[in-house]
Amino acid sequence: MIEATSTATQPRRAARPALEQGRLTWGGLVLMACAVLIYLFLYLPIAILVLFSFTRDQFGVRWTGFTLDWYTRLFANERLMGATVNTLYVALVSTIVATVLGTLLAMALERYRFRGRNSVDTLIYLPIVIPEIVMAVALLAFSALAFDLIRLLTGETLRRSLTTVIIGHIAFSVSFVVVVVRTSLKNFDRRLEEAAADLGANSWNIFWRVTFPLILPGIIGGALLAFTLSLDDFIISLFLSGPGTSLLPVEVYNKVRRAVTPEINAISTLMLALSITLVVLSQSVQRRQ
Amino acid sequence: MSTTNAVELRNVVKRFGDIAAVDHVSLEIRDGEFFSLLGPSGCGKTTTLRMIAGFEYPSSGSIVIHGREMATIPPHRRPVNTVFQSYALFPHLTVAQNVAFGLEMQRRPKDEIAARVREALEQVRLSGFADRRPRQLSGGQQQRVALARALINQPEVLLLDEPLGALDQKLRKELQIELKSLQRRVGITFVFVTHDQEEALTMSDRIAVMSQGKVLQIGSPTEIYERPTCRFVADFIGETNFIAGKVIENGANAATIETPDGLRLRGLTPRPVRVGEPAVLSIRPEKALLLAPGDARAGHAFAIPARVELVSYIGSDTRITVRLNDQRTFDVWEQNTLSTLDRDAYWQPGEPAVLVCPPDNALVLTE
Repeated sequence: MIEATSTATQPRRAARPALEQGRLTWGGLVLMACAVLIYLFLYLPIAILVLFSFTRDQFGVRWTGFTLDWYTRLFANERLMGATVNTLYVALVSTIVATVLGTLLAMALERYRFRGRNSVDTLIYLPIVIPEIVMAVALLAFSALAFDLIRLLTGETLRRSLTTVIIGHIAFSVSFVVVVVRTSLKNFDRRLEEAAADLGANSWNIFWRVTFPLILPGIIGGALLAFTLSLDDFIISLFLSGPGTSLLPVEVYNKVRRAVTPEINAISTLMLALSITLVVLSQSVQRRQ
Repeated sequence: MSTTNAVELRNVVKRFGDIAAVDHVSLEIRDGEFFSLLGPSGCGKTTTLRMIAGFEYPSSGSIVIHGREMATIPPHRRPVNTVFQSYALFPHLTVAQNVAFGLEMQRRPKDEIAARVREALEQVRLSGFADRRPRQLSGGQQQRVALARALINQPEVLLLDEPLGALDQKLRKELQIELKSLQRRVGITFVFVTHDQEEALTMSDRIAVMSQGKVLQIGSPTEIYERPTCRFVADFIGETNFIAGKVIENGANAATIETPDGLRLRGLTPRPVRVGEPAVLSIRPEKALLLAPGDARAGHAFAIPARVELVSYIGSDTRITVRLNDQRTFDVWEQNTLSTLDRDAYWQPGEPAVLVCPPDNALVLTE
């Protein structure tokens, strides 16, 4: 009895301290240093940006004392505030449409086998890797063509506006929604739908009572991703917006071209805060799955 | 058409591509009976069950439930409910919400649902678990929730797809008895799919043994075990010894085979055999008797010279492997009815013996 227990536990006891000590080697030190440098490289500029949004220095490049002036000025700046409202509006509408379309598309791709499914499958991922400038030029050319056609058919003259920006944002964020929603559909156990049918649920009830609640974290994750992407999109927003309909990233760029002011630091800090909130939210929703 | 049949399958075929998963199956499942579909994995038993539930539609043939043709009726409008192999409980709903699901789909009044859910959970002894989530329950408890969720709808037929498959041995045995007594109490027809022959024998009123999409035999547990009609069924249910030979004589319900080494052995024929046909003699290990050479009881029935090769004492039985006529091995199980430590009371390897088996205990079977 005594013999049996001692032989069983001894090797485990011997192995544990070696693992727990995690002895530092030269290789380990180099790896650690690399990691620290990479994180500094990533986050130091952002930290400085946030810091200098509170500086008194009017060029925003030196620390001369704490102030919230730039934030108050920011909220008084009608141009920037107008651009912010436009940006939020575009992000909200394009997110809602892209999420609905993306979810439907994800279900079709995941559930049905049809001719050419593989090509459709590849095509939906393409916008993620296509350079954004290509997307932007293509969308611009397409909108010009569409406007000509509409004028020819109905006599109505359309201009680029927030609506064209929204359409452009939908075009690229649908792909991201599809990717995220498909992941949760892949993990979804289809026998649950059979169980629901077996208990008397028709297709409508199966979807709303079983499928939808279970893939909801994926849908929310996709929606938050689409929202973030729309919020900080620059190229497509620049190309597709019309005169007088400026969006925040474009407006910030225009301001920077003249001079870097702490006001820009302040608006960037606010956008950063919103993006981080959304990413953390989407991560925690997806982790709950 | 008889009205006492809960489920009838008439010449049902289900093809997946070129493969017939279910191949001309005809069954009549009586009202209120515990009916098992038994067979190895891939024999078509689960596909058959899924066709009764409506998740698959037959390629040809028809399925009738209490006289109603099911051909065009989708799963949610069939008078059956299913207990799934992995239970398929809704993970986002509580135990009570899972059980209530069927009644909510029928749009029953709220207070009726609440009362019936309480009753159903009581029936499966899960009253204290109403607000838990499925993942907070043990396998056995989840199984009982799945059972309650199905039974609360008072289906005409309850379909069970290997519901005990994921549980450990001890729990299985307990739940087998529980399930059987529950079925007696509620009086609902149970169609039970399993690959475990012991489970099927323990619980069923009748069993259909399936292999490669076909039903080989339908009968009560005793019929299936004592009078298998073909070699596969004899082999699949319990243990047996086969002695191969050729039919040389056949009577009304018995026949004689001759083995290549010249033994002539007689047995019953559950299904008629033709003279000249290759056949096996099937003898269950507990139905043969091993005697010392010169034992007077060896005189009357067929007696084959044997030599003891291996003796395994397993407590209730002693399992002895002998070599018959210096040709083939044969297993004999002797029940240890005497309590003794005397080594001479048991067989020893190398000992000569005589194997005796009354013709009623032997069966002549073909493929």
